[in-house]
Parts: sequence; structure tokens; C-alpha cells
Amino acid sequence: MKKLGKKLYIGLIFLFLYLPILTLVIMSFNNSERTTGIWRGFTLRWFREVFNSQQIMEAAANTLLIALASAVIATAVGVVAAVGILALSRRQRILILQMTNIPMVNAEIVTAISLMLAFAMFGISLGLGTVLFSHICFCLPYVILNVLPKLRQTGSVAYEAARDLGAGSVKAFFSVVLPDIMPGVTTGFLMSFTMSVDDFVITFFTRGAGVNTLSTLIYSQQKIGIRSSLCALSTLIFMLVLIILLVRLFLSGRSANNKQIKGGIGG
Amino acid sequence: MANILELVNISKSFDNELILDELNLEIRENTFMTLLGPSGCGKTTTLRIIGGFTRQDSGQVLFQGKDITELPPNKRQFNTVFQKYALFPHMNVGENIAYGLKISGKSKSYIDSKIEYALKLVNMDGYRNRAVSALSGGQQQRIAIARAIVNEPKVLLLDEPLGALDLKLRQELQYELIRLKNELGITFIYVTHDQEEALTMSDTVVVMNQGYIQQMGSPENIYNEPENAFVATFIGDSNIIDSLMLRDRLVQICGTAFPCVDEGFGINRPVDVVIRPEDVILDEPGRGQLDGVVTHLVFQGVHYEMEVMAGGFEWLVQSTQIQPVGKEVSLRVDPENIQIMSKPASEDEEAMVIDA
Repeated sequence: MKKLGKKLYIGLIFLFLYLPILTLVIMSFNNSERTTGIWRGFTLRWFREVFNSQQIMEAAANTLLIALASAVIATAVGVVAAVGILALSRRQRILILQMTNIPMVNAEIVTAISLMLAFAMFGISLGLGTVLFSHICFCLPYVILNVLPKLRQTGSVAYEAARDLGAGSVKAFFSVVLPDIMPGVTTGFLMSFTMSVDDFVITFFTRGAGVNTLSTLIYSQQKIGIRSSLCALSTLIFMLVLIILLVRLFLSGRSANNKQIKGGIGG
Repeated sequence: MANILELVNISKSFDNELILDELNLEIRENTFMTLLGPSGCGKTTTLRIIGGFTRQDSGQVLFQGKDITELPPNKRQFNTVFQKYALFPHMNVGENIAYGLKISGKSKSYIDSKIEYALKLVNMDGYRNRAVSALSGGQQQRIAIARAIVNEPKVLLLDEPLGALDLKLRQELQYELIRLKNELGITFIYVTHDQEEALTMSDTVVVMNQGYIQQMGSPENIYNEPENAFVATFIGDSNIIDSLMLRDRLVQICGTAFPCVDEGFGINRPVDVVIRPEDVILDEPGRGQLDGVVTHLVFQGVHYEMEVMAGGFEWLVQSTQIQPVGKEVSLRVDPENIQIMSKPASEDEEAMVIDA
């Protein structure tokens, strides 16, 4: 009885978590113009429609471009910032870290509106560039947060050893420090990427007229009524996020495995 | 022999705390020099200044007579063996050793032969393709040594390289370091807080405390003729006794006059006397110079360690012959085993000794 209760409990949780997504996936294969909830047979029509729609493809391109560019730039800037933060004295470091953390806990709508106001105040016209800049801003703390612990673990000893063996400061960083903190860097990069793909609020307020990412496009279209092609599009986005998640899982699983093997030999 | 390195008036402070105060040190070519002292004495800071990792506040570092203060670590002809090995975990043993050679643009065949040579030198033949994390602490430190010496440094800096290893391994590596030093014919500067390590390996020992050099000399000289109470207590066990120099070659210890070999301390001057516990000879009551009673006894393997109350002072005595607690004995010290030291000149100096 107790065992059954336990299973029921976890079953319910999974039902609440995944039933909506499952519905979405099923609806994207439903042969019906509108999402009515009535099954009218299997079709791939909506997926074809997604790939044939210039509007959707443009938004998808924007989304990927912004996600990739903001992740790359945020990662580069974040790693450099983490190196700098580690070199600070303890008190300064805590201060700076708290300051970089505030945007993370700040309400997204506040960040979005303040960014929009700032762009307006400095006379920067909204467009892809402002979206990109905003995304870099909110991704940066996550990169720092992921890189810093790794960097602290590596410490300055490896860097000093490389300098001692004749490497200049840049060479020492790229040949010795970076490979060691790579897991943190990859996690920071993937996190930035997914968060950028995911973002709606900040993009909505900082994009210019006519610029759409997938999330803002879906939002603007649902006002007219949810077409089944939007279900197909959402299913595709979900798949993309799922794949990134699996890659992350695979990477962290592999590094954990590696450690185990090495630990075994080292005894 | 010429000086390979000279430190001139080096001062350094961290967060307003003075670590080194106008330190002067000359290091001759091909010596094994050890900087010895308790933690916080400035020995590691001195080594880091030589290596170029820490910049001194004032003073000069001269290498073969030239000021190298402005040179970064990668431009100095020194290599360092770090306390925590500092091997690069994402490279295997061979790649670690090759790192410095690759940067200096050596040919592949040269690097190959150098790796083999270095592995042989540190008794790690056949480990070339192993992962660093698969090695024990002692093996990692051997690789760290190999990685440093393949670059043929003029000076090898060693920062407590054996500190993390267990006793047996430490002793083994001590002898290997001496052998390496003789085979390579280069200057070693070694930092340690372990006095036994310092005495075993060094040609010259520099005893440091609170940013000052307390004494510099051969291991025998440091052990047998400590110049002040700090050196005497830091290097081995010793009895340090408040005494009175009656005249040349005669000192009054615990109210009894002992003949000694020191001269030039004046007449009726207060001095400190250092007597090593193994130099105190115990005899039947009345047959030595000072009578007393055994108050403590501990077996220490090589010898027994005893405490003897005599003349109002608790004497530390080491002997292979057992004297039970409560037994009456008599102490005797040969004149050449009595080391006389001047009292610290100032309160400041005295404080330094007490702090330690």
C-alpha cells in the first residue's frame, strides 16, 4: 500500500510536469487548422509549414544568431572577469561578486525596462544589436559563477609553474589554465546559450520594430489564435533544449567517469 | 668561487606587515643553499623574489652581477620545484616535462632525448605516457623535478618540495636531491622548515626568523656553534642556560664553574650557554661537575631522553644508558661542548627569540 502511494505520488508529479509538453507534441501532429483538442489524424504538415514560413525561419535565425553570439561573447568576457576577480583581495572580491549577482536575482521585467530606458536615453535605436547587448548582460553573471570555482581550484600555482618554465602570461593562460577550467567554461557557455534561446521578457522590450526571435514571434501570433504550426515550432524548440541538456549531461557524466578511472589507478 | 646570485637590501611587506627587512644574501655558484626557519620567517618570500613571482618593495636581485629585478619569471634562467608539485593535469608525464623545451623552440629529437634523460635521472624510466593523476605524491614530485631540470637552469629553486611526503619517502628523496645536485653541477636554493632536512642536504644553511638572517654557515657550524638562542633552539634540542662568564675559558653555570674554550667575552659578563643534550655525560654522584636527580625518562629509540634537576635548572640529557627516575647522578660537560653566546643586545632582539 505504502509502495503504491509512493509510486502514485511521483507519477502525479511527472504527470503535471510532462503532460502539457506531451499535449503540445501530440497537437503538433494533429491534422487540424486550430488547436481544438480533437484528434483528426496524423500529419507532418505543420512541420513543413514551419520550415516554409519565411517569418518563422527569420525568427529562428535571429534566435540562434543572438544565442550563439551572446554566449560566445559572454563566455569570453566572463572568463577574463573571473581571472580578474580572483586576483582581487578578499573584501573586494566579495563586494564585486555580490554586485554581479544582483542582476541575477533582479526581476526580469525590471532589467528589461531599465535596459530599454537606457538605450532610449543614450539614443541607441532598438534592433538586433540592443537585443544582443542585453543578452550578453544577463548571461555574464552565470559565466562568472561557473568559471570562478574551477579557477579557484586550479589556483595560481599552475600558472606560476608555466611562467617559471618560460611561458609568457598569455601563453601560460591558454596552455595551462584554460584547459583546466574548461568544464566550467563549457557549462557557462551552454547555460548562456539556453538562457538566451529561452528569453522572452528582455528580448521583447529591447528588440526594435520588426525584429523577432522565436519567443516574441510566438507571443505576437497567439493573439490571433494558436495555429497548429506554432505547436510544431514549440515542439522543435523543446527538442533543441532537450538535446543541449543531454549534451551537458553527457559531458558532466564523462568528466565524472574520468575522475573515477584516474582515482582508481592512483589508489 | 664567484657569486651567482646576490640579494641587496631586499625589503618586502604584505598588508603593512614587514616580511623582509633589508635582507642581504650572497649565493655562490654550485652550492646547495638552504633557507631554514619557522613559517612566516620570510624564507618562501625570499625564494619567490628570486624566482620573480613576488616583487620586492625595495632592494635589488643581482644575477651574475646584473640587476634582474625587472625580469619576469619566464625570462630568468631559474626553474622552480613547487611544494604542491604543480604538474599540469591535462598533460601526461612526457608532455609536462616537454613544456618548457617546446616553449624555447627546441627540436623534436632534442626534446625526446631530454625527456628520456630526465626520466632516467629521477628514476622514473618508462613513465613517459602515464597520466599525472595516476602517480603517487613522491612520483609526482620526481616528475616536477625532471620538468624543471630539463631546461638546464643556472639555479634550481625548491620550495619545500618534500613537505607533503611521508618520512621514509622524504629521506629517500633527500639523498636523491644531493646526488642530482652533484650530477648537474648547478646551484640549488632550497626552502624548508625542517632542520634535519637542512642539515642533511646543504652546503650552506641560512637560518631565518622574522625577516632577518639569524645565522649563515655550514651545517656543522650552525649546529655546533649557534650564534644566538633562536638558532640553538630551532636547530635540534638544547639546554640554554643563563650564565656568567667569569673570565676567558671559565664560565659559571648554575653556580658551578665550568672550564670552556671561549675567549673574549670579558670578565663577569652575563652570557647564554648552549649545551646539546647528547653532550651532557651522566656519572655516579660526586664524580661529575654538578650533582642532580633524574626527574623524567622517555625512551626514544636511538637513545633515552632524561631530564635532570641540577643546580636549579632542568637539564635535557640524551644517553644510550638508562638512569631511572629518582636516581642521583652527576653531570659532566667537556669544555669544547660548551657554546657561549652573547646575551641579545636589545629588547627587540630578545622579543624575537621569545616569539619564536
